[in-house]
Amino acid sequence: MERIPILKMGELLLVTIQVDMHDQLAMTLQDDLTEKISRTGARGVLIDISAVEVVDSFIGRMIANIAAMARILDAQTVLVGMQPAVAITLVELGLTLPGVRTALNVERGMALLRAEVQPTRVGLGEADGDAEG
Amino acid sequence: MTPANSRLPEILKRRESEILERWIKEQLRAATQRRDLLPEPQLREQSREFLSLVAEAAGKGSLTSLDGPAWESVRDLLGDLSRSRASQGFTPTETAIFVFSLKQPLFDVLRQEAGGQTEALADDVWSANTVLDRLGLYTTELFQKGREELIARQHQEMLELSTPVVKLWEGVLALPMIGTLDSARTQVVMESLLQRIVETGAEVAIIDITGVPTVDTLVAQHLLKTITAARLMGAECIISGIRPQIAATIVHLGVDLSAVITKATLADAFQVALGRVGLVVQRAPARS
Amino acid sequence: MATLRDETLEIRSSSDVVRVRQVVRSWAAELGFSLVDQTKLVTGASELGRNTLEHGRGGRVRVEMLNDGSRRGLRMTFEDEGPGIPDMQLALSDGYSTGTGLGLGLGGTRRLMSEFRIQSEVGKGTRVQAVRWR
Repeated sequence: MERIPILKMGELLLVTIQVDMHDQLAMTLQDDLTEKISRTGARGVLIDISAVEVVDSFIGRMIANIAAMARILDAQTVLVGMQPAVAITLVELGLTLPGVRTALNVERGMALLRAEVQPTRVGLGEADGDAEG
Repeated sequence: MTPANSRLPEILKRRESEILERWIKEQLRAATQRRDLLPEPQLREQSREFLSLVAEAAGKGSLTSLDGPAWESVRDLLGDLSRSRASQGFTPTETAIFVFSLKQPLFDVLRQEAGGQTEALADDVWSANTVLDRLGLYTTELFQKGREELIARQHQEMLELSTPVVKLWEGVLALPMIGTLDSARTQVVMESLLQRIVETGAEVAIIDITGVPTVDTLVAQHLLKTITAARLMGAECIISGIRPQIAATIVHLGVDLSAVITKATLADAFQVALGRVGLVVQRAPARS
Repeated sequence: MATLRDETLEIRSSSDVVRVRQVVRSWAAELGFSLVDQTKLVTGASELGRNTLEHGRGGRVRVEMLNDGSRRGLRMTFEDEGPGIPDMQLALSDGYSTGTGLGLGLGGTRRLMSEFRIQSEVGKGTRVQAVRWR
């Protein structure tokens, strides 16, 4: 079965959507992403939609769901590269994508995540060089 | 529908060349001939072709409705004729008269063919009259459509030229709007702003409306929609230059700008924008 | 008003909805719609197509290229023999389905179109006709 690949880059997961997804593919992506965040302990998720020409309410909800589930798993989501025509249509549709941060491209998105995401290894153990365990 | 006993199609076919000759003579005699614009050989050719196509269409199709496929070649010919005559400098009336001038010679031939049968003559004359009226009016319609298309094209060009998007700094765009905004113009401008945001990778866009005297609900809504769309794309918008009158209108209209950064002047907005992209303006060290 | 082209597509699976999107995109581009308008048309088609599939339990869409004398347009007519819409007000509101089948978000889709008409009868089915003019 076809799946959208999820790339791991350090503590970030990057998903680049390049096909016109049918509903099952979108649901599979949602599940795969949630599973991978949990398994890898990723702190950030970047969803690149710069090649996506249509975002309807189903995809919009998928994105909002991903962001919500990621947050529960202590990860931030940033949506990048939305095309102007898509943005205008989403606004007209009344879809606001609550809880989803946005950035112009992958580079800006990563900068945003780096600034937002707190480092994991901070705590009492550091002062005398012990690892947290 | 074609009246079962209309002889018009048959007469047109049988006496086509004679009708044509009478018609051309009539046109050459007329005051509106415009020999300066259309030389005689071309007039002859246009008349010949028109009459031939009309005769054929009358034989195949309806005499009361000219929308069907039987009349398509006539419509196409009139389309070409209208266009070429318009570009040659003919007025729409002059082009319509080309069609109407066929009436007299046609009626003369119909009268001959009627042989005293007044009722049949009346029917045939009426059919011919209806057909030629419709065709004449069709040329006027085409002329009007052509003008409308031209105006729409020029309007579009004007819209695109009138509001350039300016790059103030790396990552900061400005859209200085001047003059009255109407819904169509605002929409075009806003779409081009969003496009430029993507092209330049700008994180901040300043929409300056210092030069805008009034704003109505539709325009305010377009502005809001654009700001929301820009945010979805990952860019922030600042509105600057809101005059007191416009501020009052916006409040009065109940438009909610609470989620939008607004600044009194473009300069203030620019300062905020620079801060957003992580830049600071410093005074250069004094030269000693 | 003349119909320049006419095609009916079955909607029985989610890949059928993808096909509908493709056809609408290609016809809209051929009609010369701007990129934004094309996107609105395809997004609207996607919304309505999915409603037909999920809520209507499958149906069909008739896509037509129209010529109204002075302007050209694209018309989409979605039909199904599904359960129908009991609460039209809710369906046309801006709420989106949370999976319980309420709120089909048709209000938003309506805003994407020039003309929008919906007829539905409980137990009989639903018919949505949407047109976008150039």
